Amino acid sequence: MTTKLFGEPVQRREDPRLLTGRGRYLDDLGPDALAAAFVRSPHAHALIRDIDVSDALDVDGLVAIYTWEDLPGRLAEPLPLLIPHPALTHGRTAFPLARERVRHVGEPVVMVVARDRYLAEDACALIRVDYEVLKPVVGVEEAAQGARLVHDDVPGNVGAHLVQQAPSADGRDARELIEDAPHTLAFRLDIERSASMPLEGRGVYARWDADDSSLRVYSSTQTSTSVRMAVAAKLGLPLPKVEVIAPDVGGGFGVKIMHPWPEEVLVPWAAMLLGREVKWAEDRREHFVSSAHERAQVQFVRVGFDDDGRVLGLEVTILHDHGAYTPYGIIVPIITSTQLPGPYKLGAYRVEFSSVYTNTVQVTPYRGAGRPQAVFCMERTMDRIAAHLGLDRTAVRAANFIQPDEFPYDQGLTFQDGRPLIYDSGDYPQALRLLKELIGWDGFPARKAAAEAEGRRIGIGIGCYVEGTGVGPYEGGHVQITSDGRVHVSTGLTSQGQGHETVFAQIAAAELGVPLERVSVVTGDTRRFGYAVGTFASRAAVMSGNAIALACRKVREKALRIAADALEADPRDLEITDGVVHVAGSPKAAIPLATVAVLSNPLRYAFDAEAVRATQFAGTSSPDRPPVDAGDEPGLEGRDYYSPIRSTFASGMHAAIVETDPLTAEIRILRYAVVHDCGNLINPMIVEGQIHGGVAQGVGGALYERMVYDGHGQLLNASFMDFLMPYATEVPKVETAHLQTPSPLNPLGIKGAGEAGVIPVSAVIASAVEDAEGIPIARMPLSPSDLFDLRRAAS
Amino acid sequence: MKPPPFDYHRPRSLGEALDVLAGTGADGKVLAGGQSLIPLLNMRLAAPAHLVDINGLTELATVEEEPGGLRIGALARHARVERSARAAALQPLLGQALRLVAHPVIRNRGTVVGSLVHADPAAELPAVLALLGGSVRLARRGGTRDVPAAEFFTGPLESAAGPGELAVSAFFPALPPRSGTAFHEVARRHGDYALAGVAALVGLDDDLRVSTARVACVSVGPVPVAADVTGACGHRPPASADWAAAARAVQDRIEPETDIHATADYRRHLTGVLVERALRDAAGEALHA
Ligand SMILES: Cc1cc2nc3c(=O)[nH]c(=O)nc-3n(C[C@H](O)[C@H](O)[C@H](O)COP(=O)(O)OP(=O)(O)OC[C@H]3O[C@@H](n4cnc5c(N)ncnc54)[C@H](O)[C@@H]3O)c2cc1C
Repeated sequence: MTTKLFGEPVQRREDPRLLTGRGRYLDDLGPDALAAAFVRSPHAHALIRDIDVSDALDVDGLVAIYTWEDLPGRLAEPLPLLIPHPALTHGRTAFPLARERVRHVGEPVVMVVARDRYLAEDACALIRVDYEVLKPVVGVEEAAQGARLVHDDVPGNVGAHLVQQAPSADGRDARELIEDAPHTLAFRLDIERSASMPLEGRGVYARWDADDSSLRVYSSTQTSTSVRMAVAAKLGLPLPKVEVIAPDVGGGFGVKIMHPWPEEVLVPWAAMLLGREVKWAEDRREHFVSSAHERAQVQFVRVGFDDDGRVLGLEVTILHDHGAYTPYGIIVPIITSTQLPGPYKLGAYRVEFSSVYTNTVQVTPYRGAGRPQAVFCMERTMDRIAAHLGLDRTAVRAANFIQPDEFPYDQGLTFQDGRPLIYDSGDYPQALRLLKELIGWDGFPARKAAAEAEGRRIGIGIGCYVEGTGVGPYEGGHVQITSDGRVHVSTGLTSQGQGHETVFAQIAAAELGVPLERVSVVTGDTRRFGYAVGTFASRAAVMSGNAIALACRKVREKALRIAADALEADPRDLEITDGVVHVAGSPKAAIPLATVAVLSNPLRYAFDAEAVRATQFAGTSSPDRPPVDAGDEPGLEGRDYYSPIRSTFASGMHAAIVETDPLTAEIRILRYAVVHDCGNLINPMIVEGQIHGGVAQGVGGALYERMVYDGHGQLLNASFMDFLMPYATEVPKVETAHLQTPSPLNPLGIKGAGEAGVIPVSAVIASAVEDAEGIPIARMPLSPSDLFDLRRAAS
Repeated sequence: MKPPPFDYHRPRSLGEALDVLAGTGADGKVLAGGQSLIPLLNMRLAAPAHLVDINGLTELATVEEEPGGLRIGALARHARVERSARAAALQPLLGQALRLVAHPVIRNRGTVVGSLVHADPAAELPAVLALLGGSVRLARRGGTRDVPAAEFFTGPLESAAGPGELAVSAFFPALPPRSGTAFHEVARRHGDYALAGVAALVGLDDDLRVSTARVACVSVGPVPVAADVTGACGHRPPASADWAAAARAVQDRIEPETDIHATADYRRHLTGVLVERALRDAAGEALHA
């Protein structure tokens, strides 16, 4: 049954290709292209006095060397500030190649193009840059003191400052309510830097066609449409002469929604200038020091609550580390500020953040995009309230939940899309019931006591979140049925391995009533679809999924109209099964979609037997009507867009049981349980895969990953040797239960699932370790050495 | 992350290899499993003018019994030794240590001898050699010498193997009767170099009292730190031996440093915990031997 496809755990169609080495990633393309490599700043903060390339000129195979002075026109200007915001009063972006000053280790200074990457790196090693080293600003607190400046014209290093307030129903603000509350607590939380760290780094490959004056760019990006516009603008090319294609992309996790990267404009420029194919594939060290990081925040919390643990007022002040530049605006701290209330009805809420510059790699969204920090803050607060009152941690959460009959629920804040933060749907009490059952919450104290009797320490933790997913402004879908009966679906946003080829095909097959095998899906190719935003914010299924469904509905309507003509039936009596249009209940009166496609396109020329049936002399159409009616179009195809009025809000709750070694302070996750609600499920297997991957990244953030900068602004662990991403051996088996609360906002009733898994993990692990150890946990990640120190400080 | 230019040599015999190494001298580097050297080249942290690839010298891919122990040739991979029944029978500590070295894919390429010459103070095998009092055989054109473990490891990533020399094999003494071994470590992730690790050897006398107790520690000094703790344990049956005193004695000997993964204090604490665990387990093995 074709219509059953929606909601089925259909196997991922991209896997045979990707798992057997037949994927085509950026560096698989253009094997003969010239290679670009970059001389990058070894200093966190310095003035460039001189660049001497003379030694490099002797390298055999060298083609070109470029510095900022060589850049023409708009290329010589700073890169765009992609998302301006009134609170970002001092937004700053870098030049594609450093001009006079470098502000972090890894900033590109010189581009070298050579016959291959080896030679390009040999030439880089021979270029001498004379720097006047300045003292850097490292760490948010040093930045906030403002004694030294990252940008001379940004006083106090503050790029942005924003306060949001959601007063109580009777108009009282959070500070007032905290003052009057029966109980208050104040504490500080620290979250360290991590990064997206896709296995495939960034990369760009450009071909200039001089005969056609056109440029084709392949980029390992999360947004080919916007890279296209940025490249056309920077290089002064007419938009129709630039095409950008995202080939198979080996992970993005946010870092590849940032664009245009310096390399993304420089490589195409060099290809044009040299009339040769040029490619740059980022290496791991470059990814560490030249792309983007996220997460680092210091949070100061004040909370007032009643005897049941109900939050009467919450005030959070955030110092957000933005690194050296703000090309992606202040999306991350805005999301932290606004997603912090989670599933809770806070009496009143006040949040204030200062986004400060430091001489470190810039900060742009990484899966979760500010939410892991938000949830860490809110959930640590819930645990502290419970500890203070001696209440069960889940009881405190339940006391604060928004109830199922309170949706749509307005949090009284402005979300990242500039729209009111109104939750569409959810059922938090039910999710908590499911989670407690799944992990065995109520039976845990007995387990814990039994373990204690054996000299073991175990602890249980919980974390809840609400995630705004599927943000606008829009996505589109195009669906074409060709005369061979095949269905070609395209959408502009890009894929990084999530399974879009599968779920979009499921949607199209279900909407059109065709077998899945007949549907093919193309994403991220501007030759096929030029209008798109990109893949981020757990939006692909919600945005492109609904757009494709709407486009399919248009095509279906047209198919039924044409078939009705041919079958002399009423379109309302027709249905489509297995790619055949037929009269409901009478399978004999039928016409395949392939034939409908033939009929949809009146032809003058016949090129095969099928086409003969569509020529002007084939004769089904009335001589009184034009072959293509006014307002109609030839072909069985449709295009439609989905533009939501605001985000959908997915939610979830995680729980974990950890064991800490009383002697070595090692932390082991014994069990990990997830209850997840992303509305209607298109493919439960793919959603679970997204959750598993997210939890794995969350475990990284909770126990392993940190970017260690020293006082000179040097990143001390810029390799996989010392930046510890968890292996499969460190990731627990994830037990999941799904709840499906459909979104009322879109035709498919779905919400996003891409980021969910990562969001609460740090909070959950902190909660569990705190339970095992009886020591307050206020920072993440937590290493055994850290836990050892905490124990010593506590004893 | 591409290596700087180098000349590549792939000798087909030991004699040819030694000739090439004699010719290249300090400008030459031996390439064995490449699991440590290739990353150093790619990060341009090492820039030898000549790379002498010994992977063609299959004559060195040996794991052989010798009087008193086991001789492992320069081309014997970790995985081969890990699975060798002969190695397991003669000296179980090798298998216990190799399971903690990196991951299967790396063990398929990396060599035991390469690991010794690389002399990483965080690596397991140098500690094993130091604990057992083994040796490394170094060949150069016109001669060979056997260097005992105590003289072989000279500093972090520094060994006695000099320019023009090829380490052709290493000798690991066999487990004496009524003895047992154990290797315990704590690493941040499965297969990582250890934050601290302890190899232990405990021997019992005819009355089943502890007659020898030795440990070697990783990641707590510039070279593996070997210590004889027989005295501290006391001449007692394992059940009443003073492992804690042995641990304290070792903690006093080591000089751990703070790095981004762990503080010196934590490493010292951990080493104490692991000394106790390893000695207790090794004694347990000895009782069953
Ligand atoms: C991800 C990863 C994790 C790892 N984890 C661990 C771990 O937990 N514990 C551990 O002990 N090791 C670990 N290693 C290192 C691994 O065990 C290496 O294989 C080993 O250290 C070196 O052996 P190799 O044969 O690869 O030597 P190579 O990399 O080929 O050489 C290393 C050095 O030794 C020299 N050399 C090698 N063989 C000879 C010889 N016969 N004569 C003279 N000089 C020689 C080389 O010139 C070079 O300087 C890890 C490696 C990786 C990549």
